[in-house]
Parts: sequence; C-alpha cells; structure tokens
Amino acid sequence: MTPDPLLSALASHTAAMAHAETRAPAHSAAHPCPCPRPTEAVTLADRPDGTVVRHAGTVAKAHAPDTDPAELALRVAVAARLTGVLLPPLDTPDAPARLAGRLVTHWPYGAPVDPDDPDAAPWEDAAALLARLHRTPAPFPLPPMRGPAKAAQAVARLRARAPHHPGTAPVLSAWAALPAWARGEAAPPGAGTLCHGDLHLGQLVRHPAPGGPWLLIDVDDLGVGTPAWDLARPAAWYACGLLPPEAWQRFLSAYRAAGGPAVPADGDPWPALDVPARALTAQTAARSVTKAVAEGRPLDDVEEEFVGACARMASVPLAASGS
Amino acid sequence: MQCPKCHAPMHTYNRNGVQIEQCSGCRGIFLDYGELEALTRLEAQWSPPAPPAQPAPQAYPSAPAPAWGAPHGGHAHYGHHRHRGFGRMLFSS
Repeated sequence: MTPDPLLSALASHTAAMAHAETRAPAHSAAHPCPCPRPTEAVTLADRPDGTVVRHAGTVAKAHAPDTDPAELALRVAVAARLTGVLLPPLDTPDAPARLAGRLVTHWPYGAPVDPDDPDAAPWEDAAALLARLHRTPAPFPLPPMRGPAKAAQAVARLRARAPHHPGTAPVLSAWAALPAWARGEAAPPGAGTLCHGDLHLGQLVRHPAPGGPWLLIDVDDLGVGTPAWDLARPAAWYACGLLPPEAWQRFLSAYRAAGGPAVPADGDPWPALDVPARALTAQTAARSVTKAVAEGRPLDDVEEEFVGACARMASVPLAASGS
Repeated sequence: MQCPKCHAPMHTYNRNGVQIEQCSGCRGIFLDYGELEALTRLEAQWSPPAPPAQPAPQAYPSAPAPAWGAPHGGHAHYGHHRHRGFGRMLFSS
C-alpha cells in the first residue's frame, strides 16, 4: 500500500510536536521516546472529515479540507477555556497550523471508551458534561453549531450518490418534513446555547489517560444552537432500538440531575427531542444507504432499522414544541 | 380498518384469544367493546399472587418513546447485535 501523503506528513509532524512538548512525560530526558522509529505514529482516525494521529502523549488532528480557519480557531479557544468539560488543546495559535493543505490542531492524548464494552460506556459522565456545556454562556461570539448542516450534507450526498436505492425515498421524505432550522436552512429557535454538535461515544476521553476524568473532544461542530441536538443521537439510538432503555434512562436522568436545559426537568422529554432525533435518524439512515451503495452491499439489519424509522415518520405528526 | 389518529392501516392481532387492532403507523391500539375487560380478566387470572414489595425486572421501557421508533418499544438490536451494529453505530457520527 502506498503511504498516504497526508498521513506521512501528519505522522512526522506529530512526532516533532511530541518531542518538542518537553512536559510530556514519555519524552522527558528520563523517559526517552519509546517508539522504535522517531516518526512512528498511530493513526487514531482517518476519515474525509478528519485524520487523527497519535505519537506518545501528543495527538494531531488534520481537519476537513473545507474547514474555516477563523471559525476553527474560535472553537479551539472555547476548548482551552472550558476546563473540566472539553479536552484543552496543547496550544491556541491565532491561526491553526497548515500541513499538506489541511488545518492541523494539537491535543494531549486521552483514553477513549472501549468500543468492545458498550456496557461500560460512561452515560452519566457524558450527560453531566453536556449539561455543564449547555449551562455555560458562550465566552465570546461563536459560529452556529454545525449539527444541522452536517445532517444536510449527509442527505445531499444520499440524493447525489444513491438516487435509486429503495431506502432513499423514505429518508428524503422524512427529511423534507423537518422544520427549516433542523435542515440547516434557518436559524434555530431561541437565543442559542453552547452545543457540542456531534455527540457520540467516540467523543469522550479520559485525560490524563488512563484514569483521569472524562472530557468531551472534537470541537469541529461546536457552536451556538439548540441543545436538544446533543441529546438527539442517543435519543435516536434508543428510539430505533439500538440503545437499551436502561442506558437511555441513565443518560437522560443524569442530564436532568445536572440541570441540563435541553429538556424539561421532568415529564415527557420527547416534545423537545422529536425534531432533532428525527434529523439524526435521517442523517444516520442517509449515511448508511450511501455507504451500502458505495460498497455494493445490502443494508444490514441495524441500518434497515434507521431507514424503517424514517418510513414510519411520515405517519406521525411532528411534536409541537420542536417545530 | 384505518387508524382514527394517523389514518395508517390497522392490523389485527390475537392476544390470548382477544382480538386487538394495532396501527401500523403510530402503533396505537384499538379495542372493541368488552375487549379491555377481557384482557383485564385474563391478566388477573394469569398473573401470580401479588409479590412482596420487590419490583420485577421491567419487561418494557418505562421511558416514553416516539411513535416512529422501532416496534416493540426499542428492544430490537442491543442483544446479539451489540458488537456489530451496536458498537459501530454508537462510536461514529
């Protein structure tokens, strides 16, 4: 396999950063770099929307090619400010570094949730962190939370790349029924709350690893918006039968106990969750169908569940307070 | 018949000898005259004597769920699928 130029550049860059980060314990004089080759790095993620490479205690992220440098700098500055909620960056330059045409930011390594042990997922911590984030006033003017725009992007890709798949029509009609703000075409209702914008279990790490407190990572979609969006992915998983009711209840109760403003303190949370949970269900279904078409395979049973939920949305009116 | 609430078609199910109509859209349930009483009678007949104040494990989620969600109240996929679909979905955008 030919090495990816971005990955190679990012690996060398991360190693150089790690060696310069004198306070990183793995690279102090007493603990020289344990890697066999100085440019050796571990790829944590390599997706079109972000490539993440780790070298010892240092992580470098190359952001999506269309990332706005000024907006990214603002989002990274929020992470530096919200200690105890968001993982703080290693540095906060006025403009992020550029490498192979991509913006690059630097972070300390944190230990992720074990993907093989969903039972150990820190639902209460995730909920409490979100509640704290949502209760924090934006420290300075921020761009919009990008959740609706990302969902719109997934639906646009579905339309372009899988126009004839039988799953496409129900997803598009569920999407079309959503209010304009949830489709990223209008400002959200309300004054706006500081939101993460892309919550899932891959967005939590313990820092310092391995036993430090849980923190939220990935500020690419962070901004001002509707806080229910941050609860809506777990809500959609629960609605689609992917998340056990117990886990959903733990998450929701912990969020309420921490004074989170996205849902009423008691009673039915679904009037607030319905619209964003539909949007995230449509987004997940759109990505599933697009991916299945690209890979030339049928939908698996979990993916079918999201498409099926979109099909059922047609006969269920939108909850009043979410529109 | 058609659901009086969302107008989707309703399907008939037999529950312990009692015919109930359930909507394929919103999954609301329609009971004919006397059917509720018949179900209540059956429940009283078959449920064990009142247990001491020890809550049984819940068979159905007590949390509300949207009508467009998975049938059976969100029980579909976290059993045998959890290391495939479950894990993959929970860790990605």
